Amino acid sequence: MSDAYSRPVPGHVPVLRLGDVLLVTLQGDLHDSTAQQLQQDLAETISRTGVHGVLIDISGVEIVDSFLGRVLAEIAAQAKLLAARTVVAGMRPAVAITLAELGLTLPGLTTALSTEAGMELLSQQTPAYRPRGPRQESP
Amino acid sequence: MHTAAGVEACLPIRSDMDLVWVRQHVRQAAARLGFGLVEQTKLVTAASELARNTLVHGGGGQMEATHLSSGGAQGLRLAFTDEGPGIADLDQALSDGYTSGDGLGMGLSGARRLVHDFDIESTPGDGTTVRVTCWVAQPPRPREEA
Repeated sequence: MSDAYSRPVPGHVPVLRLGDVLLVTLQGDLHDSTAQQLQQDLAETISRTGVHGVLIDISGVEIVDSFLGRVLAEIAAQAKLLAARTVVAGMRPAVAITLAELGLTLPGLTTALSTEAGMELLSQQTPAYRPRGPRQESP
Repeated sequence: MHTAAGVEACLPIRSDMDLVWVRQHVRQAAARLGFGLVEQTKLVTAASELARNTLVHGGGGQMEATHLSSGGAQGLRLAFTDEGPGIADLDQALSDGYTSGDGLGMGLSGARRLVHDFDIESTPGDGTTVRVTCWVAQPPRPREEA
């Protein structure tokens, strides 16, 4: 029955380089294969260019299910192995509510409310997480 | 007792492109019935999880969408059916973190939390049917008599 439709062709998500950061904008409804292709593309591009940051804008994404959630978590994990940090920016409130209820809180992901805030986070020299340096004196 | 106002659509689930059709159909149907944005997002996400289960574990199948009406309340029921190997241990399959594939093990248990009613029937060797129902804005309603 579905053969009667003109099937959408799985898209290819462009990866843009902005200085030391790779910028990816996800839009609309992603095919599983498109998301997996992006995961591979990002690993190869990080390795080839040596960038230190990946920014994924998901403000145009209407739903994140456990598959896409896993892809995002794996992108962040593989980027970390390739010496780059990943920030997922612009998650819609309805998506956050749904993910939390789904039980998918993705603790490994660093998030920002906007691409601008995400870029700022990535441009900071110090890691986003407080470094475990020498013990500081408490005030 | 609620009445089925008619089967809206029956969509095949044979490929990851069909998952996109399922999501788009459920979103449009939910929007038409007056679901709010958060409810729509939850229902579409649940449909995506269940349709992927049908595809990956059931070897493909179909989704049937039905518009329900109960004392003025509008609802949407989605039934996902496959003729795959079935689920031998439903309790295990419904527990958080259980995975037989390469997911995060949140598919079935997570989808259950996103909807108002959840019902699963599975016969090993015969296939699986999962039915979920969501109601617009959750009006208080009497529990159905058994």
